[in-house]
Amino acid sequence: MSTPQHPSPQAAPAWQGAPGPAYAAAGPAYTSPIPIVRTHLGHAIASEWTKIRSVRSTMWTLGVFVLLVIGIGLLAGAVVAANATEGDLAGDTALSFGFFGLLLGSMCVITLGVLTTASEYGTGMIRTTMVACPSRGRVLAAKAVVFFAVAFVVTLVSSGFVAMVDVGMLGDARQPTGSEWLKATFGVSLYIALLGLISLAVGSIIRHSAGAITIMIGVLLAPLVIAIFMFSSSLEDLRQALFEYSIPNQLSVFYSSSLSDSGPSGWDPLWIALGVTAVVLGGAFALLEKRDV
Amino acid sequence: MIEAVGLTKRYGDKTAVYNLSFQVRPGAVTGFLGPNGSGKSTTMRMILGLDNPTSGTVTIGGYPYRKLPNAARQVGALLDAKAVHGGRHARNHLLSLAQLSGIPARRVDEVLGVVGLQDVARKRSKGFSLGMGQRLGIAAALLGDPQVLLFDEPVNGLDPEGILWVRNLMKSLAAEGRTVFVSSHLMSEMAVTADHLIVIGRGQLLSDMSVTDFISANSADFARVRTPHTEPQLREKLASALTEAGGHVLPEQDGALRVTGLALPRISDIAHESDVRLWELSPHQASLEEAYMRMTQGAVDYRSTIDQKAGLQQQLAPGAQPPMPVPGQGQPGWYAPPPPQHPGYAPPQQPVQAPPGASYGAYGAPGAPAPAPGPNGANPYAQAPAQAPAQPAPASPPAPAPVAAPAEPAPAAPAAPAPDAAPTKSEDAR
Repeated sequence: MSTPQHPSPQAAPAWQGAPGPAYAAAGPAYTSPIPIVRTHLGHAIASEWTKIRSVRSTMWTLGVFVLLVIGIGLLAGAVVAANATEGDLAGDTALSFGFFGLLLGSMCVITLGVLTTASEYGTGMIRTTMVACPSRGRVLAAKAVVFFAVAFVVTLVSSGFVAMVDVGMLGDARQPTGSEWLKATFGVSLYIALLGLISLAVGSIIRHSAGAITIMIGVLLAPLVIAIFMFSSSLEDLRQALFEYSIPNQLSVFYSSSLSDSGPSGWDPLWIALGVTAVVLGGAFALLEKRDV
Repeated sequence: MIEAVGLTKRYGDKTAVYNLSFQVRPGAVTGFLGPNGSGKSTTMRMILGLDNPTSGTVTIGGYPYRKLPNAARQVGALLDAKAVHGGRHARNHLLSLAQLSGIPARRVDEVLGVVGLQDVARKRSKGFSLGMGQRLGIAAALLGDPQVLLFDEPVNGLDPEGILWVRNLMKSLAAEGRTVFVSSHLMSEMAVTADHLIVIGRGQLLSDMSVTDFISANSADFARVRTPHTEPQLREKLASALTEAGGHVLPEQDGALRVTGLALPRISDIAHESDVRLWELSPHQASLEEAYMRMTQGAVDYRSTIDQKAGLQQQLAPGAQPPMPVPGQGQPGWYAPPPPQHPGYAPPQQPVQAPPGASYGAYGAPGAPAPAPGPNGANPYAQAPAQAPAQPAPASPPAPAPVAAPAEPAPAAPAAPAPDAAPTKSEDAR
């Protein structure tokens, strides 16, 4: 009775022996047998490619995009083919019927662009990513490269397909020239991909999927919608500018069917988009370096 | 080796971490403790370069995190279990991280096996339980086979098997010469895992010492000695003999003596030499948990209060008893007994409800809810605690017995004698 038990010493010894000597022999630190390589942008791109192909939102947004572009493009072509009378299409090319699908589809690309960056903030994945790769700029650059490539290829394939089918379907229309082909497929794909890239940068700046998507859809539609309701004649100039530089109108420039005769023409929309992308993406890079994750 | 110097982080006018300096050495598990909101995670985030410190620096192996070449191969971190995209398969998640730092893909399957997730490797992590999420996070931390590892609350949500696994994992990682830095708000967990402790409260350093030192500095160990009640003179005799031998003796209300500064065998020897019979000689030890709570009680940001349900409760029928509150619930400071110097403190000791024969077996335990304790396995009295528990304590600790009277705001006073009296009787009966 005078020798009370100590439950603790019995419970403890398993771990008590270890730390002492290990602590003392702290000199040689652990070295991994796995070879350490110097990482570069290529590694980040491989990683981002894995990421973008392994989430469902990519399949959904791009699936809907392809469906809209091809579905509406072919539908428009078919309706025109069925209803057009001789001479109706004399001045136009059949390429322009791809426009409607692409206009709606651009929202899918915007969504995917935003999700590529903002979803990492929403889920907290960004912390894991930034711990694995503290060069934040490299991560954003890799995202931009991978997303741009995906968006461009998908748009090029689907708009090219629509263009070929529509041109084949509408034999009455004027045969498009080479530069018209280039603008209506390659040019418009670059433009849509840049639009997505702007969304990606906005997603990185706003860090909130719903907020960034709303902003981008606002940017896409608001100028045009506002301009429609500007009846006052004193606002005529502003109205004109809003019309001409609204994204839907810029998009239509690639099909040579602008709302007005002034304003951007030829490849202008692409240069505008390129400039805006550079500014917004630059801002995203600067903020990413400066802010806390 | 992680080294922080004068680390400070402010969010607006709120200071999350203030002037924090510490070192985390390789070859040991360093526990990082503090109450909720004390700045543990913020500090971890600054170590990992996610947050920029307002002032001060933190380096790993001499480099700020963001300047480390191939950081993922040198530092692995589990920040929070849900820092993954829920729509991605576990394997793809790890694969993308592996690709990012140039780690061969087969390493992904390796770590999935290590954490036991190989069967759900192709399941979306959205469906993972908290424990599975933790395992996935640990897999990500181990992916680069790094030399420095940081874990933020690694055992959250794990089952007992998982907790044991994490415990052993950390020890084995440290034994390989790695630096292991583990944050937790559970002292009991750290007591069995860590070799070194860094305690912060309200973003400031409270303590930075080895677990051994922490225990001896913070636990109020004492021995309870009881002489036969029938012969009070023996008690006086023993008390003076013990004081002569350098012990510190305090009489307790029920007639026992509380002795500090002498090892148990020594007390027994002295009693024998002075020809005093003993009815009781028992060790009592404040657990690390208590020591930690006492240390951080001034630094707790989020305190629970009683759920008043004001205006929502129906009037009690006349004569009806209000429901007994669970002791401890919502009573400020219930969990943190005042420091030993404070009158009215007794280390928690449960009333011995077991039959006398079994009582001793339970005796050493009550103070230590966790297997906390003696670092070298020796009698805790060997290193005598400096501070002496003052005063005979009429006190009741956070006694888990449902005794607190409903009207009582403080747990301390009158409820006390009841639990204390019971064991006394049972002992006397022997």
